[in-house]
Amino acid sequence: MEIIYMLLAISVVVALIFFVAFIFSVRKGQYDDMYTPSVRMLFDDELVKPKTENNKSTKHE
Amino acid sequence: MEKCFHCGDDCRDELILHREKNFCCTGCKTVFDILQDNDLSYYYDLEKNPGISPKVSEDKYDFLQNESIQEKLLDFNDGNHQIVSFVIPSIHCSSCIWILENLNKLNKAVNSSQVDFPKKTVRISFSSKDFSLRDLVLLLSRLGYDPYISLEDYDEKKANIDRSLIYKLGVAGFAFGNVMFLSFPEYFEVEEFWLEQYKGVFRWLMFAFSLPVVLYSGWDYFTTAYKGLRSKMLNIDIPIALGIAVLFLRSSAEIILDLGTGFFDSLTGLVFFLLLGRFFQQKTYAYLSFERDYKSYFPIAVTRINTEEGKITEEQVQVYEIEKGDRIIIRNEELIPMDAILIKGNALIDYSFVTGEAEPVEKISGDKLFAGGRQQGGIIEIEALKPVKQSYLTQLWSDEVFSKDKRGTFQTLTNKISRRFTTAVLSIAFIATLFWLIYDPSKALNVFTAVLIIACPCAIALAAPFTLGNLLRIFGSNKLYLKEASVIEQIAEVDTIVFDKTGTITSNKRNTITYEGIELNPSEEEMLGSSLRASNHPLSRALYELLKKHNIATPDEFKELTGKGIESSYKGSRMKIGSESFVRENASANVATLEKPNKTAVHVSTNNNYKGCYVFQNAYREGISELFEELGQDKELVILSGDNDGEKENLQRFLPEKTQLFFNQKPQDKLDFIKKLQQQGKNVMMVGDGLNDAGALAQSNVGFVVSENINVFSPACDGILDAERFKSFSRFLQLSTKGIQVIKWSFLLSLCYNIIGLAFAVTGHLSPIVAAILMPLSSISIVVFTSIVTYRLGKKLKSE
Repeated sequence: MEIIYMLLAISVVVALIFFVAFIFSVRKGQYDDMYTPSVRMLFDDELVKPKTENNKSTKHE
Repeated sequence: MEKCFHCGDDCRDELILHREKNFCCTGCKTVFDILQDNDLSYYYDLEKNPGISPKVSEDKYDFLQNESIQEKLLDFNDGNHQIVSFVIPSIHCSSCIWILENLNKLNKAVNSSQVDFPKKTVRISFSSKDFSLRDLVLLLSRLGYDPYISLEDYDEKKANIDRSLIYKLGVAGFAFGNVMFLSFPEYFEVEEFWLEQYKGVFRWLMFAFSLPVVLYSGWDYFTTAYKGLRSKMLNIDIPIALGIAVLFLRSSAEIILDLGTGFFDSLTGLVFFLLLGRFFQQKTYAYLSFERDYKSYFPIAVTRINTEEGKITEEQVQVYEIEKGDRIIIRNEELIPMDAILIKGNALIDYSFVTGEAEPVEKISGDKLFAGGRQQGGIIEIEALKPVKQSYLTQLWSDEVFSKDKRGTFQTLTNKISRRFTTAVLSIAFIATLFWLIYDPSKALNVFTAVLIIACPCAIALAAPFTLGNLLRIFGSNKLYLKEASVIEQIAEVDTIVFDKTGTITSNKRNTITYEGIELNPSEEEMLGSSLRASNHPLSRALYELLKKHNIATPDEFKELTGKGIESSYKGSRMKIGSESFVRENASANVATLEKPNKTAVHVSTNNNYKGCYVFQNAYREGISELFEELGQDKELVILSGDNDGEKENLQRFLPEKTQLFFNQKPQDKLDFIKKLQQQGKNVMMVGDGLNDAGALAQSNVGFVVSENINVFSPACDGILDAERFKSFSRFLQLSTKGIQVIKWSFLLSLCYNIIGLAFAVTGHLSPIVAAILMPLSSISIVVFTSIVTYRLGKKLKSE
């Protein structure tokens, strides 16, 4: 049953890792703006080329 | 009417057809072209008509060339690389976020930009080699995203946000979870073989977890309790601190002497719930600030004219450097930062920031101008009479009331209760101990500590934060934004309400116009409309908006004389529109002069025949009479106006008789008036809107600002009320009073729990498991109770 020391240690360490991760994320200001990232992730990065240009390029091909 | 493809406004004045799309002005068209040419038309796919019509005036940002000002604005600067953050009030939709984060596609010098939407800020990093801060601001400005740069930015940057509560809550929550998990085995199996073997490890681990909770998370309770004792105030933190200390000491003693598992689970849970209450009570509105003073309104720099050896040069100077006698140039839409005398040009000053009065005032050379006015129209030259900090308006901020903490002396309901509560708990503890000392001394210490543990007023301490926190959110969704939760308690105690007149109980948007004189025939009306349309004077525009629309014809001849009025001719008939003296000049008078010369009016004459005038009247807000009637039932009402008493009779007609009216009140008078009321023992609420109310707002017990547009800054106050909810003002007050009743009921409920707990404690039967059940149960049931009741109260408000 000495394994229980090991298990306790592991569980505490895992818990501590998440705790430290939480503190860091707060410190870096990840929770300061809760709205903008939710909008930003929906953006397409694609630039919209003018239609005429597209037509021309397809004709060339 | 066609809508502008860019900004979505009606194309009222002109309609530009460009690339098969409608635009309301060249500004909007230009932005469209810029975006189109840079393949950024995705902007228009994200949202419909997302744009803002740009108001480009290139020299507005000349001051950004001044290095010391640049230095103050930049967050980071190493010579090649600069980072800057701007507040951009016009950020309003996802298209705005997208375009501002794609600035690098418009200009290669921009490296990256990031928008914080709730705060309406953008942080831009750019290489400053051949791209200056001014170029960047002009780029933003051309797109319609004018950054707001004010005197406030010049002062020291604020320290970082205080996140300590989140850390404390995190530590407490982390420890609470782990301790719960470690103490669980001993709840049920006491004599089990393996548990006997390892319970030492479990117990010392729990001890280790609770150390940071007591020493870090809960430390504030000890310091405030100590402060309370020193100032002889029995606040709620004293029994809490006592509870935490006793819990920790008894538990530690128990595991050291191997008597039991201790109460570490209750201890960490207690601190966690208490901090959760504190956290819930905080609700901040990212973009709103309740701390603003005149600096948020004032410009950071002005153009000074230097005459050295006959040469005249212009220079951008930081406003604090302006001294008496300096000559300054104020352009269209710029703010006058100090008291001054008008030297050259025609001033049309809009004092709406200061007084809430929307109608601009005309001034002529030699007139005195006060700080805070905004020039509308051409360029003027002024001579400073006083430095910025000593001007008539800004001097108000040197009053001591602005350096005082308003909340400092306020006794909250919780603290009032805790006085009796603490004495009761301590006496029960001593009586019980005394009894056991005589009856069975071995149990005395056990009972003494048990009473202090169970009486720890966790539920009482949670009642107010959760009730007020809920109300704060309900108010917020009904467009009353409060600075902090404790304001609600103070609202409930208000017995006198002082209103400002202009801009507060009158609306500055809708003017009503009445016509006095000889009726105009249709062709004259048509001509009036056409002439007004060509004029840029705010009164002409307001009148044009309010007149019935006629066929628009271009006048044959049109002349606008600044400070006087308009002269125009069409098909042989002449018309004069403007000030009385201008219109009556050489005109045959058939109509008597106006009875009240104080009112704003536009006079009209045709072919030298005086016809009459349009009188502008402030429109009072909807339902004002009913509101005052309702409020007047149990509160004293006062109106303090900075204007003359021209409106006195009108006000007396529709307001309750008891309402006291005072006119010609200067900013300092308003402050003193409130102070006088308070000295008579009154709890005063001030409702205002402009910077001239700032002193009264700070002095009053509760200061509210009524705002037509939440995006425009309001002076420092305790709450900002959206003008459209003004008519439900009394509902908010009633709801606050009801909130206080809810807190009182919750106190009663939590007292029941305390009595049950005390029964266990005084008989010496308090086991860790009883404490571990009772403590969270009482806390959670209080939270549930207050949430349900406040939710139902809030629903009623919303349905109105």
